[in-house]
Amino acid sequence: MSARERIAGNVANYVDERTGAAAWMKKNLQKVFPDHWSFMLGEIALYSFVILLLSGTFLTFWFDPSMREVVYEGSYEPLKGLEMSAAYASALDISFEVRGGLLMRQIHHWSALIFMAAIVVHLLRVFFTGAFRKPREFNWIIGIGLLTLGIVEGFLGYSLPDDLLSGTGIRIAEAILQAIPLVGSYLSYFLFGGVFPGETFIPRIYTIHILILPGIFLALITVHLMLVWYQKHTQYPGPGRTEKNVVGYPLMPVYMAKAGGFFFIVFGVTALLGAVASINPIWLYGPYTPGQISAGSQPDWYMGWLDGLVRMAPPLEPVIFGYTLSLNILIPGLIIPGILFTGMALYPFIEQWITGDKREHHLLDRPRNAPNRTALGAMALTFMLIALINGGNDIIATNFDLSINQIMWFSRIGIIVLPPIAFVVTKRLCLSLQRADRELVLHGRETGRLVMMPSGEFVEVHEPISPEKAWLLTQHEQNAPLELEEKDARGVRRPGLLKSKLRKRFAIAHAEQVAKPTVEDLKAIEHH
Amino acid sequence: MSNEIEVIKDPGLPAHKLRQTDIDPKAAARAEQQVAILFLLSALSTVLFIYAYFFISTETFVFIPLMGDQNLHQLLLGLGLAFSLLFIGLGAVHWAKTLMPDQEVIAHRHEFRSSDSDREDFVKTAKEGAAAAGLGRRSLIKRSMGLAVGLVGLSPIFLLRDLGPTPGDELKTTSWKAGSRLVTDPGDRPIRPEDLEVGSVAQTLPELAPGKDHHTLNDIAKDAVLLIRLRPEEFNLDAERLSWTYEGIIAFSKICSHMGCAVALYEQSTKHLLCPCHQSTFDVTRAAKVIFGPAARPLPQLAITVDEEGYLVAQAPFNEPVGPSFWGRSK
Repeated sequence: MSARERIAGNVANYVDERTGAAAWMKKNLQKVFPDHWSFMLGEIALYSFVILLLSGTFLTFWFDPSMREVVYEGSYEPLKGLEMSAAYASALDISFEVRGGLLMRQIHHWSALIFMAAIVVHLLRVFFTGAFRKPREFNWIIGIGLLTLGIVEGFLGYSLPDDLLSGTGIRIAEAILQAIPLVGSYLSYFLFGGVFPGETFIPRIYTIHILILPGIFLALITVHLMLVWYQKHTQYPGPGRTEKNVVGYPLMPVYMAKAGGFFFIVFGVTALLGAVASINPIWLYGPYTPGQISAGSQPDWYMGWLDGLVRMAPPLEPVIFGYTLSLNILIPGLIIPGILFTGMALYPFIEQWITGDKREHHLLDRPRNAPNRTALGAMALTFMLIALINGGNDIIATNFDLSINQIMWFSRIGIIVLPPIAFVVTKRLCLSLQRADRELVLHGRETGRLVMMPSGEFVEVHEPISPEKAWLLTQHEQNAPLELEEKDARGVRRPGLLKSKLRKRFAIAHAEQVAKPTVEDLKAIEHH
Repeated sequence: MSNEIEVIKDPGLPAHKLRQTDIDPKAAARAEQQVAILFLLSALSTVLFIYAYFFISTETFVFIPLMGDQNLHQLLLGLGLAFSLLFIGLGAVHWAKTLMPDQEVIAHRHEFRSSDSDREDFVKTAKEGAAAAGLGRRSLIKRSMGLAVGLVGLSPIFLLRDLGPTPGDELKTTSWKAGSRLVTDPGDRPIRPEDLEVGSVAQTLPELAPGKDHHTLNDIAKDAVLLIRLRPEEFNLDAERLSWTYEGIIAFSKICSHMGCAVALYEQSTKHLLCPCHQSTFDVTRAAKVIFGPAARPLPQLAITVDEEGYLVAQAPFNEPVGPSFWGRSK
């Protein structure tokens, strides 16, 4: 035994005698993780969070979260001598006086954008492959929580430097708060410590941004990962992969190297962006004052859809019994986002109610094999995309020489008309793809080789596909829609008939499929 | 059900294929070298980072095609950090892909549901625990505890009360008073009608109250006023609103009636004011009537005239609250 092994053995012995960790480690070092590029999306989000913690901690050493008025004396000439908040002045100092400060600010902002993008794409992957099904509903809800908090956290983060752009965003947030019936102006006064903008909101949102929300993030991410660990990862269907197993590489050494390496790659790419791609150049905007604004004011991308919805809202502001109800703010700013996010959080339960399926699912769906779900996702994405486009309507108008009014009307009509069209088209596409899969299994691959038959007829030679491929295309379940009895055993009509009628209609729509080929079908073809 | 029909069979996990590095020791040695080179590149990048930090002045600029003038200190610091991280990652992944075992292994899953006997034992234990505590019998304890725990949750709500004052009438008032002079922002110079040419716009605030040396942001957030001069015949106003203008000069609150952004874009040819936040568009000739966008109300108009020295002044305070709507706005 070498000296090194002896020391390692002693340390391990010391720890194990006090914790019994060896038994746990033995099992978990061999933990199997399936391999797929789309499983790295959540990893990107996780690593971005770590990068955010590291770069954010660096920034707190110099950032002064105070609205005290100071005169700028730093090295950026155009702003010299200007009155501004200590927050803005210290953000400028981080950018110009602290070596590596601008790099860290840019890394922090870039990784926030990547964090949100990774969460959204990860969520889409989970949705379209049905990974949210039993037993993973909790993790789906935690994920929606992380997405929601991420939007808030990002917004608070870019509001902290107290530049002209961020102050404008805060002003809009204040208006949304004020629009809440009955208590709105009180909530606004409590947050801002009085009239807008006051002198308290920067220190307050700073505490929320660097302490409260990161703490909640840390707790939720921990539970999210523990559940992934405990429930074992889902896997894509394929030969040898079943609901009862998980096929992949062991944690030690392959996944430690791959995942550990991937962390450095994500960090490296983010740092590269921070090094060469300017983001949020706050010195160009100037300090915040409520009387000024820069044209083309835009939020970060993950807020863009919200801004787009607010922009396209019709001017409805009824006065009811002498009280003002700002529907033009409440509907796009709170009600629609509320419905969207609640619906998204409840989707696993809605789908379970429709299918009546109470079994565990560990094999992922190919999106085409769940046409209704895929179409619903496409519909929601279309809605969000139009909202996002409208959030940049002024930028689009100036760049493409269009009128803002035209884009706004396109969005107002499009957001109602296009999502249902997206649903129908996507569902048809899924069914067509199923049909193509069926053709492929039954008739094989088109080789492109033409042969002349004795009769003079030309036919294309088809080549049978591999058994692995045939399995992949036919392994999915095709269940008949849920049967609902309208009458119970004694012939009495069940209560809640409308509800069960609705459920039946959903169930039929959800079960719509192109029958997958069976062995009989194949035999029939051979005899042909 | 589909289960009754014979389906195509699962051919099972395909056989493992060996990689070049598994069979050829030379290929494995090459892969090892590649991994080492990647790690060494990372080390070199860290050296670059340290060099840039200490030895390249923060004032050095270089021209780089497509990127324009770049701060060399900033750029090399960033590139050094980026590549030192990136090459560690690439090295580790390359190592895993070429030299670590790539045979997939199978682990088994088990259902999460506990066994029936475990469940029964759990229910029994929980019930026994509750019974031992007397939760069912001792209703006096249960109710008083409910009261205590319910009330203790209220304290934090009280503690948060001092986060801010109540709004009172503050949202409905501004610093504008009858006779307040309109002064330029910035500059605080009073304005005569002849200072404004037809077609021009000026941003103004009320003159400072005696004893104050500057406008606070809280004041500006409610007081900012836009002054626009048209030819008087261009107005399309009723008699009262026309009397609030002075020789073609009309004054509006600059704070958008939608969400409080500064309504800063004035289009001279159409005489429209546009809010850059949500594109609400107001027609200046018709007392800032909303002609497009989500705003539901015109911008409040400030009645103006001139004082005996010929400076523009407010005839009266705003006759409605400025800025975004709130529940008690019309009360």
